[in-house]
Amino acid sequence: MSADQDYKYIGKGISRLDGPEKVTGSAMFVHDMTLPGMLYGKMVKSPHACARIVSIDISEAEKSPGVRAVLVGRELPYKVGIYMIDKDILAKEVARYHGEPVVAIAAQSELAAEEACAKVKIVWEALPAVLDPREGLSPAAPLVHPELASYSYMKGVFQPQPGTNISHHQKIRKGDVEIALAKADVVWEAKFYNPPVQHVAMETHTCIAQALPGSQVQIWTSAQSPFTVRNLFSACFGIPHQNIRVHVPYVGGGFGGKAGIHLEPLAYLLSQKAGGRPVKLTMTREEEFGAMPSRQGLYSQFTTGATREGKIISLVAKYIWDAGAYADYGVNVGRAASYSGAGPYEIPNCHIDSLVVYTNKVFGTAYRGFGHLEALWGIERNMDIGARRLGLDPVEFRRRNVLRPGAKTITGETVTEHTGRVDLCLEKVAEEIGWNGIQTEEERAQAMAGGKVRGKGVALLHKAPAMPVFTSSAALLKFNENGSVDLLTSIIDYGQGTYTALAQAAAEELKMPIERIQVPWESDTAMTPYDWQTVASRGAFMGCKAVIAAARDALQQIKETASQVLRAPVEELVCRDEVVFVAHRPEECLSYREVVMGYSYPNGNSIGGPVIGRGHYIAQGLTHLDLETGQGLPALDWTYGAHGAEIEVDLDTGEITVLNLATALDVGQVLNAQSLRGQIIGGVVQGLGSALLEEFRFSPQGRLLNAGFVDYKIPTSKDLPRKMSQHIILTEQLDGPYGARGVAEHPMISVPGAIGNALYDALGIDFFELPLNAERVWLGIQRKRSETQDTLPGAIKLPRAIHLDKGGA
Amino acid sequence: MFDETPQNTLPGAIKLPGAVYTISVEVNGKACTEEAPAQMTLLQFLRERLFLTGAKEGCGVGECGACTVLLNGRAVDACLVLAVEADQASVRTVEGEARDGELTLLQRAFIEHGAVQCGFCTSGMLLSAQSLLESNPHPNREEIVEAISGNLCRCTGYVQILEAIEAVGEGMEEGG
Repeated sequence: MSADQDYKYIGKGISRLDGPEKVTGSAMFVHDMTLPGMLYGKMVKSPHACARIVSIDISEAEKSPGVRAVLVGRELPYKVGIYMIDKDILAKEVARYHGEPVVAIAAQSELAAEEACAKVKIVWEALPAVLDPREGLSPAAPLVHPELASYSYMKGVFQPQPGTNISHHQKIRKGDVEIALAKADVVWEAKFYNPPVQHVAMETHTCIAQALPGSQVQIWTSAQSPFTVRNLFSACFGIPHQNIRVHVPYVGGGFGGKAGIHLEPLAYLLSQKAGGRPVKLTMTREEEFGAMPSRQGLYSQFTTGATREGKIISLVAKYIWDAGAYADYGVNVGRAASYSGAGPYEIPNCHIDSLVVYTNKVFGTAYRGFGHLEALWGIERNMDIGARRLGLDPVEFRRRNVLRPGAKTITGETVTEHTGRVDLCLEKVAEEIGWNGIQTEEERAQAMAGGKVRGKGVALLHKAPAMPVFTSSAALLKFNENGSVDLLTSIIDYGQGTYTALAQAAAEELKMPIERIQVPWESDTAMTPYDWQTVASRGAFMGCKAVIAAARDALQQIKETASQVLRAPVEELVCRDEVVFVAHRPEECLSYREVVMGYSYPNGNSIGGPVIGRGHYIAQGLTHLDLETGQGLPALDWTYGAHGAEIEVDLDTGEITVLNLATALDVGQVLNAQSLRGQIIGGVVQGLGSALLEEFRFSPQGRLLNAGFVDYKIPTSKDLPRKMSQHIILTEQLDGPYGARGVAEHPMISVPGAIGNALYDALGIDFFELPLNAERVWLGIQRKRSETQDTLPGAIKLPRAIHLDKGGA
Repeated sequence: MFDETPQNTLPGAIKLPGAVYTISVEVNGKACTEEAPAQMTLLQFLRERLFLTGAKEGCGVGECGACTVLLNGRAVDACLVLAVEADQASVRTVEGEARDGELTLLQRAFIEHGAVQCGFCTSGMLLSAQSLLESNPHPNREEIVEAISGNLCRCTGYVQILEAIEAVGEGMEEGG
């Protein structure tokens, strides 16, 4: 199956190009940067989920030692946002979430800024808050944004509903679900819940901004998308693009949380007020949790109808997103998850409503998987519940419904033999975990006597990049005097390994050693070519396509000069090993070095010139989705996959140990074996965080209670599965670079579903809410024991008040 | 265009409460003497006084390990140690590990095994691992897991980090 035998670099496990800088501590992150005259910013944040600002007294703060600028929201006539322009840079009349920045101060040191913040006096009038998006849908609910009708937004794509808390309503309509449900032999319903969680990039959000004379702006930021920062910054302040220069050096993790625009406008305004001194704004870890965006919560519900033979014929799904106080990427998360919202299955009749609902909580944004981990938690648990109703093996039930060539997706796209093979992913993981069917209740009862029980489960996944139809990438290959190459891109490699993959593509196409390709680790909107954003598992796909085009352009330039010198037509020239030669007379040759800065004849006459290869790529044939039916072509590429899990549950503690976690993904073609493995393992472990550990907890008043690593745990080296394996299916993506498709987000998706399904197999208990932490599992075990009335050993009677599974829309 | 000439942009430049101490510390084999206010952490001292920015602040409260350095040979969270506590001590940071441009076995293993992604946790991770290897040159998997369990990494899922450390412990990298 391996197609890489013809490639010198593509598919090989070449180590990251930035390894030496990173292991010696010399890689410079914005976190590490200081500029001459730099001030430090700090923010006063709202202590309420929703409250009116009655008054702000900054007089003492302004006099505090070292203070150079104090800003309050009322003096800032700006709004910012990516798809919906709904966010104040500092809260003005009303603060909409606990942790929302209200006052910002720039001072000579962080400590001086902090001390000044403590001197700000704000009088608040607490207002009723919307803390549950389901309640937010009620006509009686307070409005988080009463001014929704006045906001600008991306028209033709999103559908805000003024007078409600709905920032977007995405509809998918395929077939007739009512007729199909009436015909179904078996119909079942289920409801699920995902809590909001945080990205937890190890480098918190940080940026430095400087307001310079003549409306010039310099920004250094830990961000995923320099051009999007620039574009949204320009739109916010009305400053022309060319006046704004955004630099992105090394970035300490992103996972979607650093897409879009975040601290840059505030740092700029502080700089402006401080007379043009650069201002650095760095989030503490607590602020990263409480003030910076998170992943939205989701309530999902499904009504599914199937034939007796196990073919799903109807699916009605409702997704209610807990968007938090601002739309940010959340509206697009709600859109993207809905067009994937039936799972990788062929469903002839499907009706989805995805409602993105404002609440008075920290706002949601993109997070690795972009809504798919959340939606597929429900979808894949729902598949196991359905299999049980039908008396089918869950793997067999999936086999009967997965998308195969010829099938139509719920947006009307036809699956072809090149789209990817989710069926092969399913078979691979089932084999890897030794799938042999779900346990019987008798088998479980027997196992429970031992104090620890085991279970197995599978879950499928799919995702396509969620991006506007016009999304494009560009690359430049700039030759140096010695014939080496600088590869310029504005894709950001914040850990994925994209730059190494791009260098591999450049080396492959230019027919030169990869050691001679350099990717400068700083993107700069004034120096590196346009790229829309580094999100959506599109960077390696679109970036490699642009690099391949740039390499061909560079070779053409080399050949044009060589053609004159060698007196041979361009089409008879061949490039190999940094030499251009005449195909049938290889001794007639020139090294790249002799040509790339222009060729000089012995008499001094010179021709040609510096070679700069230019390439671009734009996704082709994508369409907007019809606003009423959701029909259209939203997907550059679909990447399919599956996880299989075997777990062990300690009945006394509720703790889950993952014994085996097998992952299979149809990546089309491996670009870099080492990075691919790193992406898969890293994603799976991040998915385990969502499955087992992570959730925001709020007080009844909407205060975030666990804004720090003491109370919000992410996986450590001690939380790894006993065994993990990664399996690759290679179904060539016809328009992918070398046949490859995106894979950065996918490993994380459906890890919770596989664990949840294994948990049912182990305990015979359906869990509907994440995370599956020891507390929730233990309570589930106790509930089952009390329901079965002491027939099991160790039954404890639970007070009625303890009932955490509040899931359901 | 500045409203004043900045004397010094570092936190210590303005009057901080409490006494200022003179700290003499050997960092990566070199003697350093700098002033530090009482509340300054070793992490701030290294980053802001000595411009050694390899150690990172990931949380500031000793929970993430990104600031791990070796204090008298022992791995510590530099954000939990006061600069004054490091007076007369010896400190090793990631910047001092490679000698004459030659990466250590562990640094090479991190690169070769794909143990680095975004790189923000890498400095601390390397020093926790180095500390383990110096006290226990051939650790088993369990001991490695334990040694880095205080260092959070959100990118890699840890497996390649464990493999890199294990390979050095097994001597597979020697002579390589």
